[in-house]
Amino acid sequence: MSETLWSERQKSTWRTKVGLAEMLKGGVIMDVTNAEQAKIAADAGAQAVMALERVPADIRAAGGVARMSDPKMIDEIQKSVSIPVMAKCRIGHFVEAQILQALGVDFIDESEVLTPADDRFHVDKQSFRVPFVCGCRDLGEALRRIGEGAAMIRTKGEAGTGDVVEAVRHLRTVYDAIRRLQLLPREELMTEAKDLGAPYDLVVEVAHTGKLPVPNFSAGGVATPADAALMMQLGAEAVFVGSGIFKSDDPARRARAIVDSVAHYNDPDMLAKLSYDLGPPMTGISVAAMHAEERIAVRGW
Amino acid sequence: MGTIGVLALQGDFAKHIELLRRLGREARAVRTAIEIQELAALIIPGGESTTIGMLMERFGLADAVRQRVRCGMPLFGTCAGAILMAAEIVGSDQPRLALMDMTVQRNAYGRQIESFEAELNLGAASPLTAVFIRAPRIIRIGNEVRVLAAFESDPVLVQQDHLLAATFHPELTDSSAIHAHFLALIDRA
Repeated sequence: MSETLWSERQKSTWRTKVGLAEMLKGGVIMDVTNAEQAKIAADAGAQAVMALERVPADIRAAGGVARMSDPKMIDEIQKSVSIPVMAKCRIGHFVEAQILQALGVDFIDESEVLTPADDRFHVDKQSFRVPFVCGCRDLGEALRRIGEGAAMIRTKGEAGTGDVVEAVRHLRTVYDAIRRLQLLPREELMTEAKDLGAPYDLVVEVAHTGKLPVPNFSAGGVATPADAALMMQLGAEAVFVGSGIFKSDDPARRARAIVDSVAHYNDPDMLAKLSYDLGPPMTGISVAAMHAEERIAVRGW
Repeated sequence: MGTIGVLALQGDFAKHIELLRRLGREARAVRTAIEIQELAALIIPGGESTTIGMLMERFGLADAVRQRVRCGMPLFGTCAGAILMAAEIVGSDQPRLALMDMTVQRNAYGRQIESFEAELNLGAASPLTAVFIRAPRIIRIGNEVRVLAAFESDPVLVQQDHLLAATFHPELTDSSAIHAHFLALIDRA
């Protein structure tokens, strides 16, 4: 069969986009800043890596404007591993997204960790062939992003802190709202949609199915195997780990322990073994002690 | 009719379990070597083949599965699962079960933007929609391996005795035809 015919038939669909998100369930996606870290992540058993110039903890420390990574760095990471490579664009920066699609990244994270490029609107994700993941703090934000075309949702947590409290709060908030929707009589769903700021059809669907229409992962503050297993037991379908690995003392060991702990998240005996003698985790910042303007999770509209 | 296990170390195992239960079969997620001993059959789902292969080795599941399969336990692998069943993987020394006499090439159609859906003709009345995601290609099969479906002349669904492998994701579509075929293998075993 000819290759030309093949190319003409190429068409990514909602099913292929959400399908890749389905394949990433039950695993760990790790932030990496170069090819060497990407290899450490892949050897530990990461199912995907997120290519970015600085991990969130360093973005916080550096201040200034955080932007999409240099294509050279993304390209080097793509060449160094066989697992999917994700990369971040700024909120609303559809040209960064176009560039990432042209580079052939497997998933784009329209991320609050970078400095927003638009203070009112997000990227129209339906118009891209590459799937997108977006962060959320509550059900309304999740459904707005899905309405725009996101094929995966991650609760935001507070990136670069090593404090899991916000990740827990955001995940609980989303699931509480889903449980509430399931109890509402149908005539109340329109007003509920208005209050959530969410598309009505998606509100009706979630009320009926009791789950988001796309996989829901957890991000922002996971630093230990116990943190990762906590998010899984709370109902996250996979875990993003940003600064937690490469800001710890022994990244290779910690990466592997976190991968293993997500696979065995419901087995406390195993988790005890996996947590044993890992060396110091990242120091971290307590979110409760942070000033309001230092919070990243509030970015998103 | 014993329990069908779906390997749940990583990947879209929940989709397989949903489908099996819709077909009225007992299905459960398995993560340990001990659980493997109790199964009538096993499915290895889609996901990342390197991750699943590594975790199988680390936790002693690879040997347990090989041993049960040698004693006749039916095994079905989709996408990553098919890669792990292959004897040879082009350019990779990743951990694998190496149970089927075939050679696969990972991500053979390209990156995620080249993922696609296609219609497969299985000889039934209506064609089957197949979802290919960063899919592998089967580029060589041994004499014992039968091709049950092909796409653009590449085998995409193959069988060797009680082993079944698909390079696409029947668990992501509504049709249960391929799982029904696997169930027939189990009931025959």
